[in-house]
Amino acid sequence: MSRWRAYHTPTTVAEALSLLHQHKDKARIIAGGTDLILDMEAEHAVVPEVLVDVTKIAGIDRVALEDGWIVLGAGITHTQIESSPLLRAQARCLTESCGVIGGPQVRNVATLGGNVAHALPAADGTIGLLALEAEVEIAGHGGSNRWQPLLSIFAGPGRNRLAPDQMLHAFRFRPIAARAGNAFDRIMRPQGVALPVLGIAARVRLDADLRRVEDAVIAIGPAGPTPFRASGAEEALTAAAEFDDAAVENAVAAAQEQARLRTSKYRASQEYRREMIGVLLRRVLQAAVERARMNDAPTQVEDT
Amino acid sequence: MTQLTLTVNGTEHALDVPPSRYLAEVLRYDLGLTGTKIGCDEAECGCCTVIVDGQSVDSCIYPAFKAQGAQVSTIEGLAQTRSCSQNGSSHALELHPLQSAFIRHGATQCGFCTPGFIMQATTLLDENPDPSDKEIKECLKDTYCRCTGYTAIINSVKAAGEYMRTGTMPEAELPSVIEPLSQIGQPLERPDAVDKVTGAALYTDDYTFDGMLFGATLRSEHPHAHIREIDTAAARALEGVHAVLTHADVPGDPRHGLVENDWPVFAGGRFPARYVGDAIALAVAETAEIAQQALGLIRVEYEALPAVTDPRDALQPDAPQLHPDRPTGNLLKHIKVRQGDVEQGFADADIVVERTYRTPMTEHAFLEPECALAVPAGYSGSRPSTSKEPGASDHDSDKLTVYVGSQIPYSDRRQVAKSLGLADEEVRVIGTLMGGGFGGKEDIAGQIHAALGAQVTGRPVKILYSRQESLIFHPKRHSTIIRIKTGAMRDGKLLAVEAELYGDSGAYASLGEKVMTRATTHATGPYVMPHAKIDCYAMYTNNAPSGAFRGFGVTQSAFAVESNLDILAAELGMDPAELRRKNVMRVGTETATGQELIESVGLLECLDLVEEEIRTSEDGGPSSLSSDPWTSFQIGSKRYAWGIAAGYKNTGLGGGAPDKSEAEVEVFADGTAAIRTSSAEMGQNLVGVLAACTAQELGLPFEKVHVTVMDTDLTPDGGPSTASRQTYVSGNAARLAARAMRQQMQTVLAEKFDTHPDVIAFHEGLAYVDEKRLAQMHGAELPVEGANGTNGSTGKALPQSIRSISFADAVNALLAENRLPKIRYEYWAPQTQPLGTGGDMHFAFSYAVHAALVSVDTDTGEVAVERVISAHDVGRAINPLSLLGQIEGGIVMGIGNALTENYIVENGIPWTERLGQYKMPGIKMTPKMDSHIVEHPTADGPYGAKGVGEISSIPISPAITNAICNAVGVRCLALPVDQDALLLAMRDKEREIDGHWGQT
Repeated sequence: MSRWRAYHTPTTVAEALSLLHQHKDKARIIAGGTDLILDMEAEHAVVPEVLVDVTKIAGIDRVALEDGWIVLGAGITHTQIESSPLLRAQARCLTESCGVIGGPQVRNVATLGGNVAHALPAADGTIGLLALEAEVEIAGHGGSNRWQPLLSIFAGPGRNRLAPDQMLHAFRFRPIAARAGNAFDRIMRPQGVALPVLGIAARVRLDADLRRVEDAVIAIGPAGPTPFRASGAEEALTAAAEFDDAAVENAVAAAQEQARLRTSKYRASQEYRREMIGVLLRRVLQAAVERARMNDAPTQVEDT
Repeated sequence: MTQLTLTVNGTEHALDVPPSRYLAEVLRYDLGLTGTKIGCDEAECGCCTVIVDGQSVDSCIYPAFKAQGAQVSTIEGLAQTRSCSQNGSSHALELHPLQSAFIRHGATQCGFCTPGFIMQATTLLDENPDPSDKEIKECLKDTYCRCTGYTAIINSVKAAGEYMRTGTMPEAELPSVIEPLSQIGQPLERPDAVDKVTGAALYTDDYTFDGMLFGATLRSEHPHAHIREIDTAAARALEGVHAVLTHADVPGDPRHGLVENDWPVFAGGRFPARYVGDAIALAVAETAEIAQQALGLIRVEYEALPAVTDPRDALQPDAPQLHPDRPTGNLLKHIKVRQGDVEQGFADADIVVERTYRTPMTEHAFLEPECALAVPAGYSGSRPSTSKEPGASDHDSDKLTVYVGSQIPYSDRRQVAKSLGLADEEVRVIGTLMGGGFGGKEDIAGQIHAALGAQVTGRPVKILYSRQESLIFHPKRHSTIIRIKTGAMRDGKLLAVEAELYGDSGAYASLGEKVMTRATTHATGPYVMPHAKIDCYAMYTNNAPSGAFRGFGVTQSAFAVESNLDILAAELGMDPAELRRKNVMRVGTETATGQELIESVGLLECLDLVEEEIRTSEDGGPSSLSSDPWTSFQIGSKRYAWGIAAGYKNTGLGGGAPDKSEAEVEVFADGTAAIRTSSAEMGQNLVGVLAACTAQELGLPFEKVHVTVMDTDLTPDGGPSTASRQTYVSGNAARLAARAMRQQMQTVLAEKFDTHPDVIAFHEGLAYVDEKRLAQMHGAELPVEGANGTNGSTGKALPQSIRSISFADAVNALLAENRLPKIRYEYWAPQTQPLGTGGDMHFAFSYAVHAALVSVDTDTGEVAVERVISAHDVGRAINPLSLLGQIEGGIVMGIGNALTENYIVENGIPWTERLGQYKMPGIKMTPKMDSHIVEHPTADGPYGAKGVGEISSIPISPAITNAICNAVGVRCLALPVDQDALLLAMRDKEREIDGHWGQT
């Protein structure tokens, strides 16, 4: 493959956006590069003339509690996520999903922003974030920063809705409530593509008696062209008078019904994925509910 | 160019480099720190791991400018250099505990992955010097090793941690072996170990020459096509391009090949492209980037031809013909084994089992992609030393010289010379260290192209394949379709086997005929089989050529044989180990090719050892208590069971091929010796075997023997490193060369001491008169030589003798007598007979039994190998540490064969383009392994030894599928096991899955 001709490492968002604006579609953002460079090397991505490395921007890898939100800089690495005590307490579904990507060498450089921007429907970190009902902050040239729901930025497999002069700046989600818990699990196969056969993240909140699911968020990938919220399964859970086997099986049936599963060559059959929705949903709901029951008095988090 | 400032191992560098450089390139090519290796260019294998500002990264795709201003640590900075106290001018290396542990625990074999493993492991031990197995596996999960099977690596990390905590390094735990001699049976550290753990070890791409150019190869777009026209004008016009070569530029034989001369140096002209790996043109340019760019400017006009990609289709009369000049068409070879009368056998049988099995094409995935570097005759620049012999640094040669990691240096020389129109003697091949081979570095890769480029441009030319190119280009393990029918009596006695094998040999012959012959002759399994009718069709197709790959065809047929045996056992209601015990080959039995086994058949002992250990194992399941160890048990969502399989594999070429190796020994007045043979060191520690045999015969300390291998000017021909043959043939050549030298020295010293030559003994660097033996000699007849023809020294204390001199003085005495200090020995292995003659096809066989404890997740179909118990009859353990490395590495490679590996090709176009699409076992797949050594010596082997390189990866695959069947009742007829199909079969209560993997 041919390679880029310029490599910029801006230290402010404004500088990065200005470079992107200046070079338009000749430039691309690089963070960890572990997806982008592979795609370029495999000639699946057009090699840009200019790479704009956003990882040296001040604060781009922060984890902080700000205005009642847990905020993650888009350049936070998977290793930083895994090892953050705050996230381990607050967002197990995120630390679990980010902890299984690649090996340490990849997780040390690969960023959550890169995982989301790559827009794969099965991206582990994205699935974890989705269950947290995360919002994403998009920074645009001219200082137009805005928060929007994570799901709104996906256009299709491998495609996001960001303009060439926009960048992901941060993610945020609400701290964990009392009697709430979350979890992630996935199925890989040992051959072929290094992408999950299926991954599921779930977050639940129980009622005061710790019996009924009051609130549920379930994210599944790949179950369609973009990361997928299993709203039918969520409703099935909250509609049940009690969190029991029947409630779980109703949620499984609803998720199987709603998910758009397909056979991907050398990765998984549609039928197998359908089975795995059941296996994984049972596993993650069990784990999330157990954690919610342990979380009767949630740890207090303070602004940092 | 942009300025990059970074600190590497404490030294600050300011470099002008292109903004598109990767960190690994800066380290290797701009700073000359070649200890950091590049294995895949896709952050998949971990060979390139370095530490940037305290964090490990895969430097192969890490943009160098990310490291602007950073602190970078590489393998070269790990060991500390300190001045020796006695002598301020010399320096000694103080190794990092991980480096010492990797040596002492056998965690470095080919060494290519070693720097990456050590660097990655430092990040763990720096934080936690007492890591659990799980933590070690998590840390190293994306760092791949193809040689060791990882257990030695895990043990090394733990040992280094223990050293850091306590100051004491634990020793490696080794299997028990028979009483060792002073050098034989000892776990001696491999001679190249320090270089491999410090990053000093040089592989072909680590060499550079002044004025060196870079070659890049254009390959076919079609699996089968005539090449109408090749327009290279634009490529030649590109600035920095020195030559663009095609079929029209080959001065000598336009084809090469190990057995058949059918592989064009370049497709084009009268040679069509027959697979997508076929080379069409070579661009030679100032930089690798320019050479690549030039390829994009070459215009090729193809006339696509119909392709045939299934070996059964290839046999059809209307199939597209790959080599129309061949009288047998696409049939490379029809191989037949006939024994007894199968019709009668099946008529007499109480039970007959017949199934069809499939095995996929698989990839060696040696971690070092192919590289060839040619230096033209008359090159005046300086040359690096490739020899470890002191004083041998000056290797100036006026010949065209090819540096390459090759399993067969002399074959490379012959093929390079032939295609360049030169005499063999006008070409020199120098073997560099090799980052793994496993059979995949026997054929010509870039050797002829590099030599041609050097010849045409008058400058050194290096051709380094990317991982992607390596995957497309080089020969693979044959995919096979095997229909096999086995008949037995009610008591389990095997009567007959009928088998039909189709082997996909791909576009060129390579070693296909030999490989499929081995698959055929071993298709009875290691059992007495009175009646056999086996037919194998090795077919040309438009897929990648298939050739040698550890196991050499037997891996495939063993899967079919051992699966059928378990089906048979189930139908007979018989214990699978008992069924095997009833039928295993023993001394005095005959193979299906009519060879009587007269010695060294330790299979029954292997079976007994393994079965005993399963029955007494505490694996957590009820099987340890029950009389039937094959019963499954459940823990959580996982169902567990043991499975067993046996195997055998020939040592040596066999089938009537002359099998010889030459070695040269030289003794020096400084009390050292050198042993030289061209045989290839590819990680297996042949150099250690050669040194041990030489040291044993000369009574020298191991480290006093310098080994030089793989140099067609400095070393005599040791033949190919294939067929598990080198310990046997080259070990023998070294042993017998050294013995001849010893005898010559005995003669000289006998005169000096006025005694009989036979009483001159050598031990620990001393030559002396063995007074006790002398006394015995005067009294009675005494066998002069010890057991197995050794000089009898068993590592015991040196007998007292007044009449002794140092080995150095003994050499001086030799020189004073005008005797040559150099002896060359040509060892010929016992003669073998071709298949079909009924004679001895092979001079030795190794045997093994493997048992695997497998878990199947009944929710997901995921399969894991939890434990492997094995026993191998290797004749004699020369070096138990290296032997264990061969066994554990072979077993884990076999686990890959069963569970993960599949090189996928669709209509002649590889789907598996990258290493990330070819999963080989990582450290997390490594089971607990218990490996037993059985030593039934073979009379002609060195100290009784026979080969082990291949047998260790053969029975494991069927042991795993047999275990899966014992666990969940589903028989896998195709490899690799497909968890998707397995789960659906369990759900739907199907008993067998025969789907080709991936066809879900």
